[in-house]
Amino acid sequence: MSHEASPAAPLAPSQGMQGIVADFSSDQRAFKGVPWGKPMMWIFLVSDTFIFGTFLISYMVVRASTTVPWPNPSVVFSLPMFGKDVPLLLIAIMTFVLISSSGTMALAVNYGYRKDRKTTFWLLVATAVLGATFVGMQAFEWTKLIMEGVRPWGNPWGAAQFGSAFFMITGFHGTHVTIGVIFLIIVAMKVRRGDLDHQRHGFLTGRRGNYEIVETMGLYWHFVDLVWVFIFAFFYLW
Amino acid sequence: VYFKIWGLLFVLSIASYMVDYLQVQGLLRWSLIIIFMLLKAGLIVAVFMHMKWERLALVYVIVLPPLMLLVLLGIGAIEAGYTHLTRATFFEQTGLPPAPPH
Repeated sequence: MSHEASPAAPLAPSQGMQGIVADFSSDQRAFKGVPWGKPMMWIFLVSDTFIFGTFLISYMVVRASTTVPWPNPSVVFSLPMFGKDVPLLLIAIMTFVLISSSGTMALAVNYGYRKDRKTTFWLLVATAVLGATFVGMQAFEWTKLIMEGVRPWGNPWGAAQFGSAFFMITGFHGTHVTIGVIFLIIVAMKVRRGDLDHQRHGFLTGRRGNYEIVETMGLYWHFVDLVWVFIFAFFYLW
Repeated sequence: VYFKIWGLLFVLSIASYMVDYLQVQGLLRWSLIIIFMLLKAGLIVAVFMHMKWERLALVYVIVLPPLMLLVLLGIGAIEAGYTHLTRATFFEQTGLPPAPPH
């Protein structure tokens, strides 16, 4: 590389380590060609990863260090159906609902970039409905467990830490889903009113936007799904 | 592409549900759970979140820091084992040899 400034830094990424070094040493924006909203959302998601990671690790510590036997999740979360207990039925349905919502979200992002307003709107609504369904089922699950006597400080089946870990982790995740549903509705309204096509001041938020906000929204939503994958594996299946 | 991944995620979820339904136990159980989990997580991040098509610089900034959690995981595991041993020794009559005097 010569010391002459190369005319018009290339937008196409160079390969491998060189590309990384070039991007970070470029003395301007590190992530060329990436709209600013996307790295910001990613940075938020990384910090959220740490929050949930810490939750799951502390759950592991608590579960590994107790001398009282841990309740068997596949019995605790079973649902009586057709006269016999099906283990984890509700949780499995919740998992499929959330994965489906992730699928519709991915499609919404795709149609958004094709400027297909109507399809994007309906896909976003479908995602929001599936998300709300998920929260509803979680509320049902919480109600059932609380009726059965699970409290953050104890439960009928074993280690007292079960309740606190359960309510903390799923509660935090449920909050994320709820916030996601609210933002999905806002973004869906923006899409429907055509704010994004004309970069008009939006619905509820004053900022002008384009279809990139649909993708940013999508990142958040997929992250919520991602967290559920981990919770499902560690909390319900383990 | 999205429909394919969608289907794949369904299959993986069914697979990990089956692990529980058929009551697979022991080492096989948790290695299967972890494999299915990591596959699902990888698919979501790579395809749904478009990580596959991002600049490498951005990918590394996002993917590397969470690896720190593995360190915390290790510390946690060691500490938990120690706490468990201590509790078993001092709080319960489990037949473990008493702690040496100090």
